[in-house]
Amino acid sequence: MSTSERQAWSPYVVGAGIGALEAFAFVTAKKGLGVTTPFETAAVLAQQKVAPEASRVNRFIAARDEAPAVDWEFALASGVAVGSWLVARGQGPEARAVPRLWARRYGPGVGRRYAAAFAGGALMMLGARTAKGCTSGHGITGTLQLAASSWLFSAVMAVSAAATARWLFGRR
Amino acid sequence: MRVDPIGKLLLGLGTGVAFGALLEKGGVARHDMIVRQLLLHDGRVATVMGTAAAVGAVGVYALERAGKTQLSVKPLQPVAIVGGGVLFGAGVALLGYCPGTSLAAVGAGRRDAVAGVLGMLAGAVVFTWLYPRFKAQLEAGNQGKVTLPEVTRTPRWPWIAGLSALIAGRAALEARP
Repeated sequence: MSTSERQAWSPYVVGAGIGALEAFAFVTAKKGLGVTTPFETAAVLAQQKVAPEASRVNRFIAARDEAPAVDWEFALASGVAVGSWLVARGQGPEARAVPRLWARRYGPGVGRRYAAAFAGGALMMLGARTAKGCTSGHGITGTLQLAASSWLFSAVMAVSAAATARWLFGRR
Repeated sequence: MRVDPIGKLLLGLGTGVAFGALLEKGGVARHDMIVRQLLLHDGRVATVMGTAAAVGAVGVYALERAGKTQLSVKPLQPVAIVGGGVLFGAGVALLGYCPGTSLAAVGAGRRDAVAGVLGMLAGAVVFTWLYPRFKAQLEAGNQGKVTLPEVTRTPRWPWIAGLSALIAGRAALEARP
């Protein structure tokens, strides 16, 4: 067990903390935790800046029900990285570009790992915006509201992720 | 583009800082931890999510009854939810982080997560190109913003109690010597 894992809090304590944070968010912002809508907003902002005509970004804005905004959730997503930075700073350095499990199967090559991470991130975001939520927005915020969409998403996502992980990392 | 007032942005930032700190303190913003969960070799990530959902359900439904908030449920659009879920799951397994834990891993200095977040931005751009073309198909058979108690015409409390009992039972089993 690594130093950082020994310093980790109980998953029940962390889960209860996130649950309490959800309640806080529902009172103060009238909605729960979520982090992928800001990526959609960032994509719109970037295209408006670089190529507003060629990207046809206005067609997207017109089609989408919710107008993109630099809002509470946008600030929240930025805050997540700040919060983990504050905690990790106190836990000492852990500079590992290629995770151990990945390296065991696919070697220590940094380029290969970065390429897979990039592709995985793109696929994941396509899915999240298609379904309007992720592990936070559907997986926690939606399931705690007993939303039918979120329970269905969580089940499908879990099966798809487990099957893909088995294919990538399971015994051959 | 609409920009929220600074007070609301600061509130969001603070909420995000707490969320990121909890994810990192829980040790879940790690590739190997998430992949081990997906391979069913470790239950930490599911325990965090399940506990958050149980505690949050009790809190949020109590607050809603007291008139302090309202629910914000996402629509049940079967094609979008199932299609999105399949893509999302495959992406999570390949990246080894989910969106929230990707951002937390970036803050903690895990460099492969930076590549992941750049991929997420690229995926969002591609989404804005594809969405207008597929919107109608994705929304086919829309069931609206429904909850499980509404769909099954049952009261809410057995669902919330069941979810809480599941987590409490799991904790009790783990606590046994």
